[in-house]
Amino acid sequence: MRPAIMEEVEALRGINSVKIKEASEAGKKVVGMYCVFSPQEIALAADAITVTLCGTKQEPIEDAEKELPRNLCPLIKSSYGFAVTGKCPYFHFSDVLLAETTCDGKKKMYELMGKIKPMHIMNLPQTAQGEEALELWKNEMIRFKGFLEKQFNVEITDEKLKSAIKLMNRERSAMKRLHKLNAHKPAPMTGMDMMLSQWLKGFNVDKEAGIELIERVINEVEEQMSKGIYAFDEKAPRILLTGCPIGSGSEKVLKILEESGASVVALENCTGYKGLDVMVDEDIDPITALAQKYLSTPCSCMSNNNGRLDLIERLAKEYQVDGVVDLTWQACHTYNIESFTVKNFVKDKLNLPFLQIETDYSDSDAGQIKTRVEAFIETI
Amino acid sequence: MYSIGIDVGSVAAKAVIFDGKNVIAKKMIPTGWSPKESGIALYNSLLEHSKIDKNNIRMIVGTGYGRIALPFIDHKVTEITCHGKGAHYLDADIRTVIDIGGQDSKVIRLDEDGNIKDFLMNDKCAAGTGRFLQVMAHALEIDVSQLSDIGRGAEPQNINSMCTVFAESEVISLMASGASKESIAAGLLQSICKKTYSLVSRVGAESKVFFSGGVSKNLLLREYLSEKLGVEIITSEQSQFLGAIGAAVIGFKK
Ligand code: SF4
Ligand code: SF4
Repeated sequence: MRPAIMEEVEALRGINSVKIKEASEAGKKVVGMYCVFSPQEIALAADAITVTLCGTKQEPIEDAEKELPRNLCPLIKSSYGFAVTGKCPYFHFSDVLLAETTCDGKKKMYELMGKIKPMHIMNLPQTAQGEEALELWKNEMIRFKGFLEKQFNVEITDEKLKSAIKLMNRERSAMKRLHKLNAHKPAPMTGMDMMLSQWLKGFNVDKEAGIELIERVINEVEEQMSKGIYAFDEKAPRILLTGCPIGSGSEKVLKILEESGASVVALENCTGYKGLDVMVDEDIDPITALAQKYLSTPCSCMSNNNGRLDLIERLAKEYQVDGVVDLTWQACHTYNIESFTVKNFVKDKLNLPFLQIETDYSDSDAGQIKTRVEAFIETI
Repeated sequence: MYSIGIDVGSVAAKAVIFDGKNVIAKKMIPTGWSPKESGIALYNSLLEHSKIDKNNIRMIVGTGYGRIALPFIDHKVTEITCHGKGAHYLDADIRTVIDIGGQDSKVIRLDEDGNIKDFLMNDKCAAGTGRFLQVMAHALEIDVSQLSDIGRGAEPQNINSMCTVFAESEVISLMASGASKESIAAGLLQSICKKTYSLVSRVGAESKVFFSGGVSKNLLLREYLSEKLGVEIITSEQSQFLGAIGAAVIGFKK
């Protein structure tokens, strides 16, 4: 049985866009972001609202393809499509955009997008290893801080940064606790609801209200668990989903997995657990703390990205998973290449079945994917 | 007691009756426009033809892309699992199944009990499938069944495009430039061979390697593949019934 509170979570779809309009009209500044490498804390310390603009829908892709090549990752096309068509209220109300030099596709797309709205690009090092990488990334934090101070005409003090860090850590730990509920066997929540809760929270204007809502979701789910109510039964194969980001509109593979009887218990991707794993150190200089935290994100853009294998291993054990599914968006080279490493790791080291699915946002291959997913589940 | 396996694919629908040891009846019809209608027609005619009483059928398992449309089946199992079980039934030493059908190609790795160890399917385009060969044969103005005989012994032309649409125009311009039908036919089979090889290489080919699906009837392709993979490739007349046999075997054990 689905927790009743999920209705309240879903209602955020309508509420969030109204709230952002009201806030913007009341003079609040909005910073649009695209990635978990984006240090939300700095924007919050500038007293701005942060929203996630990462495109998760097929709809604007056609328009994006007027300017972008077709064989590009759908996430990049969708994000750009929303920007050029003006169909996304959150993009519309964003005063400035924050981008990072992550993968090649995004990096070059940002050059075009930067012509539409003021954009700051953080130069992300290509590796998380070594002092130089951290030094560079620290400087990038300072540059971003300077950009916002100038744009919004505010001063971002250490005090403000520290309290933003505390707030974001609270948000992370609430989300983390929500995820951890699914470590229980059987899982109390569907992977779809887990994804949706986190995704919708990304458009939330009022952080405190968001944390409060997540806490209420946790309470309700825990209450259901105490009554023995779960989303799946004990026998459902437990899946860890890793790979490219997903959201509402690009949940195809997650949905097919659960429709085929699997319980997706762990979402390792950056729209799931990846960004929640590490907290920001509250006891050291805030800029260093932020640089450390964000640089540790185990994304395939990094060379090497062994942190991802480590995270998959930890989650696979903690969530008692029976199989790993790796989602790759078409034309995403970094995740596609890394899939081979992940496959070997999962099969040889973790001794778990592994399936890679390469697809885009459209439904044209849904039947094919269903067959593969069902066959995969039959092997578990 | 018997079980029935019914495999409704994109081109043909196949069904068999299994008595726990042997396949005692089999039948195949074109799928046509309605997988449901053809599934029902196939089921009825199989029963009629085998003279087996409906009440003696313990279990009916459906597979193939049309399995969801069949109202009379007890279980649905994917074609991947069924192909694995079917191959294991034919020869318990089979460890790799290469299946190239009308619209998809797949490679399945099996363990000694016929369980799936790993599998891969081609992506969503028709490259490297029976459909690809059909379109190309059409462009060559021959029947797809003639490709093997015509191509044998010829020096294969290089066909670069894997996409069906581009390959078709490549074939047409090759013909216009005077390349022989023989060399183009050989080239087309080589290009399918390469595509299949790369798919197989990703999961590895452990022998025995079994080749199934409609395209496995192509002798020259089989030889090319065997040479490229460096292993012997076996086939069977029953190969097109692999999915149905596997479904029946699974059904009997349920
Ligand atoms: S996959 Fe990597 S680059 Fe893409 S949004 Fe996630 S963290 Fe950012
Ligand atoms: S999914 Fe891959 S290609 Fe797409 S934006 Fe993320 S890293 Fe880049």
